[in-house]
This record gives sequence, structure tokens and C-alpha cells, in this order.
Amino acid sequence: MKRYDLIIVGAGPSGLSAAIEAAKRGLKVVVFDENEKPGGQLFKQIHKFFGSKEHKAKIRGFVIGQQLLEEADKAGVSVVLNATVIGLYQDKEVVVKIEEEVHHYKGDAIIIATGASENMVTFEGWTLPGVIGAGAAQTMMNLDGVKPGKKVLMLGSGNVGLVVSFQLLQCGCEVVALVDAAPKVGGYGVHAAKVARTGVPFYLSHTIVKAEGTECVTSVTIAEVDSKFQFIPGTEKHFDVDTICVAVGLSPMSQLLKMAGCKMENNPKRGGQVPICDEYGATSIPGIFVAGDVSGIEEASSAMIEGRMAGVTAAEYLGYMEETELTENLTELDKALDGLRQGMFAPKNRGQNITETEEGIPVSQNLLKHGFVADDEIERFPGVTHKAGIHPVMECTQNIPCNPCQDACPKHCIKIGEKITSLPAVDESATCIGCGMCVASCSGQAIFLVDETYEAGFASITLPYEFLPLPVKGTKGKALGRNGAAVCEAEVIDVRTAPAFDKTNLLTIKVPTAYATAARFFKA
Amino acid sequence: METRIENHPILGVPEKGKLVKFFYNDQEIEGYEGEPIAAALKAAGLMVHRYTKKEHKPRGIFCAIGRCTDCVMVVDGKPNIRTCVTPLKEGMKVQTQYGVSEKPFEKQ
Repeated sequence: MKRYDLIIVGAGPSGLSAAIEAAKRGLKVVVFDENEKPGGQLFKQIHKFFGSKEHKAKIRGFVIGQQLLEEADKAGVSVVLNATVIGLYQDKEVVVKIEEEVHHYKGDAIIIATGASENMVTFEGWTLPGVIGAGAAQTMMNLDGVKPGKKVLMLGSGNVGLVVSFQLLQCGCEVVALVDAAPKVGGYGVHAAKVARTGVPFYLSHTIVKAEGTECVTSVTIAEVDSKFQFIPGTEKHFDVDTICVAVGLSPMSQLLKMAGCKMENNPKRGGQVPICDEYGATSIPGIFVAGDVSGIEEASSAMIEGRMAGVTAAEYLGYMEETELTENLTELDKALDGLRQGMFAPKNRGQNITETEEGIPVSQNLLKHGFVADDEIERFPGVTHKAGIHPVMECTQNIPCNPCQDACPKHCIKIGEKITSLPAVDESATCIGCGMCVASCSGQAIFLVDETYEAGFASITLPYEFLPLPVKGTKGKALGRNGAAVCEAEVIDVRTAPAFDKTNLLTIKVPTAYATAARFFKA
Repeated sequence: METRIENHPILGVPEKGKLVKFFYNDQEIEGYEGEPIAAALKAAGLMVHRYTKKEHKPRGIFCAIGRCTDCVMVVDGKPNIRTCVTPLKEGMKVQTQYGVSEKPFEKQ
């Protein structure tokens, strides 16, 4: 039996973060992970993350994964891969299956960071090949370079459903519909808006009646549901698809904790069966800690902070650091985590019906029902202004913890202020130089540069564009509105790419002045 | 292979291993060494991995991370191999699994 100061189960964002903090304090640490590669789900995340600088905002998930692996390597963390932990016992003994052998380890402290698994809903035909989890779609397209399908229907409008829909579009799949039984879009409005403006229709208060096909999915029928989630006859809609992608939430993988005898609870707000633990991950068994989704479903940014908290807490528990140092560390981490847990989508606001922003502006109802802010709603938000010459238009309409746009502008045109969830506003006294840094920095792709006086009768609109093929200057096509419908003719007058934009290309199109406030996407 | 992503706006050209031949039932097909067997099958447009023991219903990739075991097949004579987490090797023999056998139900 081999002994370690600290054994960590799971080499995802929280497990690696915990390992880094513990190893830095001199603990002998090992991380076991059942996968072939470390990083958990981070390497499938290709969008820019939200938050502020300290949360690695505007950096793409897979890049954060690379940074985390480098940091772990420097700290001397040893990660054992293809190693499935099959048992955890009360006296902190761990049983691990590596290839065909079972090994036995003992840790003076244990951190469980096993993450979560995808939920499923059942419907007629749900077992047919072609019905896949949203995570499976991400694995196929972002790790294996294989398209999950040609025509896809997405079930679920939470952030996973929205982000994966966008990624499906990015790799060249057609998303025929985004469907959710709930009456409102569950994820960030900006994620919904960037999908809707490409022309994907949203069907809220709808769900799948059945998946059709004999050997694999060939089509799907959805129908509207009433307030009790019962199908309303006569509302059926039919789509020819080869893939149905299901994104209906995650459940903590907490089995090892239950096995060890940790006190558990069933808490729907945290995603299901979770250990009872304090804010720094200490469970009912001294020396067994948790971090990340296994202790409550959130996202990778908060998982990384929770991991660091568990790592330092375990270090202090084993006497590798003084209590005063621990308090200092935790105070700082608390502040970072608190920053992420603010705004309309904060864990404390789950299930609440928020009708006004923190600024007292009515929330866009069209955004919640159809995935995009209606033309007659957009003007009431502080990021949307009109003036002669080029200026940023920020269609950021919900309070979410994110502020990279404020720092991105070299001329300080954009104001969010101290409160990270405030809606961005335009500083009228500053002059936009049209550099486009704000457009590329916005993780929600909600910033546009608009020049209503570009030339007589025409306005220019610069928009973020993350698709291939990248149109070239001179390409003529249609400008699409926020709802994805063609609104007018458009011509590409500039295409900018730069390392500082990090793969977000800036497309500038010319449209008749009358459409300056409506045109938000381009289709050749 | 039109289901392969040739160039991705964020990830660029996917990094792949050597192109190798392997067997899907009696058919020789191609895939990239080291990618999950399931990815190679998906790229070749092959959806059905197995048929269930009792009701003989088709199953394919579902979770793609080795949790659900829906994608198991008979690989090099061994049944119940999770194809989504098993790397492809040259010459591998991948067979549809009927119940827990590579033999179709009528021959069992």
C-alpha cells in the first residue's frame, strides 16, 4: 500500500487547482483520473470565458486547460491517468483500477473532484443511435474533429445547450431548432442571441414527443407543452434530423463520498445527491474534502476557485501551513468566488423570476421567449446609444458577472464600474477609434461597432465572426437581424483578424442607414 | 469523409494520428490511429454499435466519455469494449455486438 499526504480524485479544473495549491505548500500529492488525458471537460470548451481578469475572462476554455496543466507540471503534481478510483473508505483508503490491476493507496487527506455527469430525459425513441448528450457532441467535434451530425435538434436552452448549439454551427452542422420545455431560455441571453442571429429558431414551452427512425434517428417530432408540461394536441412540429442533442442539466458524481460514509443530502439547488460540506469543501469526515461540480453544479471558473480552496484547506489540515496564512488565502479566494456568484444567474437566484435588471430596466421578454432582444426593446439598454461617427453598441442586457469589455477599450469608452454585474454603458465623453478590441473581448459576442454616418445613405457595422469560410472584402450577401431573418442587402467592406482578437474575426459590413440598428449578422 | 472537420474556426486543422485501416465487421475501413474507435465509426457514417440482448434494439454513441456503455462492441474478439474511450489501432477487428456476442441473434 502506497501512502500520500493528499490523494485527489479527478484531474479536471477543480482537482488540478487543488493539487497545484497543495503541492506548492509541500504536500506529497497524487491525482487519479479515469480518462486518457487530464483537464476534465475544459478541453472541450472553445468559447471565451466570462468573469473578470482574475477569473481568466475572455480566455477560451481549452487555453485555460493548457495553462492549468503547465501550472500543475511546475508545481510538481503527479497525475495518474487511465486510473479509475473504484473505492473510497472511511479511513481514507483508496482503491484504484489501473489497467487490469487494482491498487491500494492511503492518503492523510482526500479531495474528491469527480465532477458531474449529464442528465437525460426519456421520450419515445430516446435510445436510438443519433440521440446523444450535449457533452458527447462537444467531445466529437472539439476533441475528435468529427461532426456530430448534419442536421441537429438541440433540447435544452441552458448555457450548455446554447454554447453547444453555437459550437455545432461553428463546425459546420445545421441546427434546425433549439427546444426547451421551460417557458424561458435558461442560459445567458448573450449566448442565446448569438445562436438566434444565425437563424436558429427557438421553441420554448416545447419538448420532444418522439424520435423517429428504425436503425437510427431520421426525424423528430416536438410539441408545445402547457404549464403542467403536458403536450397540447395539434401543436406538433416535425423536423428531419440525424441527430438529437440533449442538454438537460448535470448531476454530481458523488458516489465515492456516499461509499466513504460522508453525510449526504438530496439538494435540487445543488444538482442532486451531494455531500453536506462547509463553504471550503470539508465534508462530515475529517480530512475528506470536495471541490467542483461534485458538491454542487456550477461551472469551470468557480470549480477552479473551489479547488484552490480545498487545496489550501487540506494543506492546513495536515499542518503544512499556519491558520493565519490559510485565512489570508481563503479571504482572497472568497472574494473571487463571490464575484462569480453575482447577478441574475447566481446560484442564490435560481428559479426566481427576475423582471428587472439591477439598473431597474425591464428585462427583454423576447430574449427569454425567442432567444433575441426585439428591435423595440433594445434601445432601453445603456450600451445602446446613437451618435455621429463610429461607436460601440453593447447589446448586453442581463446582469452577469463579466467585465473584459471595460478593460479592452484603450480609450475608456466603456464603463461597467466597480460592480462586475452592471450593464456596460457608453462614456459619451470618450472617443471611439474603431479598434474593435471590445468586439473581440466580449465573451458573449454582444458588442458591435456602428457608424451610422459611414457614407451618404449607408451605415457600417462591425460584428464578431467565428465561422468558416471567412468572407473576403467585397463579398455581397444579406444582413440578418437579431432574429436571424434577412433584413437587407449587405457588402463586406473590411475583414480584420489579429492575434489580440484570439480567433474572433471582425467583419465590417455596409448596409443602408435605415438598417443600422437592425443588422447584426452576415450571410454570404 | 465529409463528417470530418477539415478546418475549424477556433481549433484550426484537427491534429490526427496516422491514417490506418481496420475492420468493421467484414468491411475494411479507415480511421486515424489513437482516436476513439467510436470517432472513426462516426466519421465513416456508421451509427449502430450493438443490439440489445432482450429486445434487439439498436444502440450507438450516447455519452462519448465512457460512462453510459451504450457504445460497447466486440473488439479483437473481446465483448463490451467501450468504443468511445478505446483508441483505434491498425488492423483492429471491430464487430457489432448482439447481446454480448459478435454472432447475430439467429446464429446464437
